[in-house]
Amino acid sequence: MSEHIVPKKIYYTIFGILMLGTFLTVLIAYFDLGPLNTIAALTIAVFKATLVVLFFMHVKYSTRLTWAVVLGSIFWLGILLAITMSDYLTRAWLSFGGSVS
Amino acid sequence: MLPEALHHHPHPALAHHFDDIGQQSEASTLGMWVFLVTEVLFFGGLFLCYLVYRSRYPTAFARASHELDVVLGTINTAVLITSSLTMALAVHAAQLGQRRLLVVLLLATMALGATFLGIKSVEYYRKFEECPAVLVALHLPGGEEGAGHACHVPGPGFSFEPAEHARHAQIFFSLYFTMTGIHALHMIIGLGIMTWMLVWARRGVITAEYFSPIEISGLYWHFVDIVWIFLFPLLYLIGRHV
Repeated sequence: MSEHIVPKKIYYTIFGILMLGTFLTVLIAYFDLGPLNTIAALTIAVFKATLVVLFFMHVKYSTRLTWAVVLGSIFWLGILLAITMSDYLTRAWLSFGGSVS
Repeated sequence: MLPEALHHHPHPALAHHFDDIGQQSEASTLGMWVFLVTEVLFFGGLFLCYLVYRSRYPTAFARASHELDVVLGTINTAVLITSSLTMALAVHAAQLGQRRLLVVLLLATMALGATFLGIKSVEYYRKFEECPAVLVALHLPGGEEGAGHACHVPGPGFSFEPAEHARHAQIFFSLYFTMTGIHALHMIIGLGIMTWMLVWARRGVITAEYFSPIEISGLYWHFVDIVWIFLFPLLYLIGRHV
């Protein structure tokens, strides 16, 4: 499976999309979209990273075991970010016993 | 006996515990990915730290981000993406057994990686150059004349305008230097790996049957590119519209 030879044309296309994505990220940053600025920047970054993983890193053509490892890394990263932030972002929601001002 | 034995002689690069080159190459790809999982979580910890502080001090982070050079940052992003293209094409050349092209593409990848590090060091230099306290500490000229300049290198000499955001801006710059510094360290290690691959490619170790060293070096190189894809907007572009 890793013997799969990806046509050069796909690499050039992905390269073009990545460059376009970079240009868009910079462009969008100069407009005030409120919280959407960060969401737009991260959406483009995730999209670019996905293209790199699937095509440049050949995961699209890899074995299911490789897929499982790649998805596992994203899943565990999700645990790290989600559980920690669920603590930090909710600390101000409640105060118990009236001792916290 | 002898001709038959020669006929069944395995590829010289095939380790005895694998059935064939295909199985060996799948195993090395999988092993590299397992290593990259540890890298994802290693950088993940730094991104988490960034996320916690940025959600706490959004204004200070936006203002501090403004002090980074967005032009150099954008150029560096383009340089790194281009190096990922040459790396992908290098794997392609290796798969087809095009030895000369492989050497050229590895050299191109290394040149682009070195360009990235050069631009990054210019950015670092400019930040340190502005810092009178750092210059004085290092016994470099210009420290006294520079007094009163903003200094964005975290430490005793740190200063930031407006002063009310100075403490939190210092956290931003600590994260900036740590994250880009560790990313740059990965780039330097990447250049080392590419040098190794260059030697193997020139010596003819890499063939159309045995190209997995190039493939997994490429996986590393692209991973470092992905880290930068996230670092760039998070460090350079927040609050640009302010």
